[in-house]
Amino acid sequence: MPNKIGIIDYGISNIHNVIQAFNYIGANPILISCKKDILSIDYLVLPGVGAFEKGIKSLREKNLIESIYNHINADNPFLGICLGMQLLMTKSFEFGEHTGLDIISGYVKKIPNIDKDGNKQKIPHIGWNNLHTTQNIKLLKDIDSHDYMYFVHSYSVICEKVDNIIASTSYNNINITAMIGSNNCYGCQFHPEKSGSKGLKILENFINL
Amino acid sequence: MSNIRLIPRLDIKGEYLIKGIRFEGLRKVGDPFEFAEKYYHDGADEIIYMDTVATLYGRNSLFDMVKKTTKNIFIPITVGGGIKNLSDVEIALRSGAEKVAINTAAIKKRELINDIAKTFGSQCLVISIEAKKISSNKWEVYVENGRQKTGIDIMDWVKQIENEGAGEILLTSVDNEGTCDGYDIDLIKNVSDSSGIPVIASGGMGTNNHGVQAIKEGNADAIAMANILHYSKSNLQEIRKHFIQQDIKVREYA
Repeated sequence: MPNKIGIIDYGISNIHNVIQAFNYIGANPILISCKKDILSIDYLVLPGVGAFEKGIKSLREKNLIESIYNHINADNPFLGICLGMQLLMTKSFEFGEHTGLDIISGYVKKIPNIDKDGNKQKIPHIGWNNLHTTQNIKLLKDIDSHDYMYFVHSYSVICEKVDNIIASTSYNNINITAMIGSNNCYGCQFHPEKSGSKGLKILENFINL
Repeated sequence: MSNIRLIPRLDIKGEYLIKGIRFEGLRKVGDPFEFAEKYYHDGADEIIYMDTVATLYGRNSLFDMVKKTTKNIFIPITVGGGIKNLSDVEIALRSGAEKVAINTAAIKKRELINDIAKTFGSQCLVISIEAKKISSNKWEVYVENGRQKTGIDIMDWVKQIENEGAGEILLTSVDNEGTCDGYDIDLIKNVSDSSGIPVIASGGMGTNNHGVQAIKEGNADAIAMANILHYSKSNLQEIRKHFIQQDIKVREYA
């Protein structure tokens, strides 16, 4: 039987594009909105745009958190995209302080609006940036530093352990965590579903983990 | 400076890609899907779809178009024209748009900016500003595709929308739009330098160098272009190459 790919629909994200991208690579994903659906899933995707607090609240209200933990603890592949990646962290300082899923140690904080040289920096960070990969993993097969991904975010992730950082990028001269991972659980700050053929390649690598 | 984004802007009327001069004398150019797909493969960083008559007739026919487009095009799409409340935004995003651009509705009801930012996030909210020059270094905000004045000074408006939570500005010069005579550089510079959010320059690009001016002199964060691409005066590969020669940082795209 082919692997089942589930995309979590928790009412916060622009999931249409993520579905389209997986369809395009021939994956036929299933939408997940209750915890029992997660049990039958092999590959779980947590997309998301918008505010951290609303995201974590929505996962809690839909009673999805325990099943997400079970999925990840069983070492099944997991991919968080944008807010979905930020939710993996211990906490976020977006509009107050909020507890995250704490699967990867670290926090989420606002990108500074002044760069290292004291120049004004526009927030949100919107645009295409290349990845500096620090780990050679299957998820990044055929992806190198000449491949650009589409970012749109005002907050970024700071990992406590360097081991959890898979790739980073620079916005002007500020370092931004672009991809994180721990075992089979991954997160990307950029939108692979909106990053052209190379973004699709990452999704393809994911479903072939 | 970050990587400059190259953004084809497709003005739509009904099922057609159209183009006019200063928003007047609209002519059919062709099938928007064909153009969008070509631009995607040529390395467009994003695409903007603008329904030029939606506000006038109170409807938006773009959502189906976006749905169809996002089956084969995997870059961000911004949709504008006729979006007037939260439910329109939701439909647009659910259709596959990454961002919505609003103008008239934001002027009529300022709270809408904050409502959208809070509900869907600032990252999906582009405020479209149509600016008409009234004197040296002074511009007025227009609505309805440059047909109607509002009496609002552009610099006041830029401050307000940023405070309300706008994520980006699409800045169109009503005077230069469709002329291919170049961007209104003073306008772009004034807005970009005083704003903490990215500014997309729009209106007037007729040569590759016009783009260079908007970026180097106007400090634009992204450039929107229409005629230059629709009528093949240049193309995205050439523009990208030219920018790299001029030391402008863009996405590498082979």
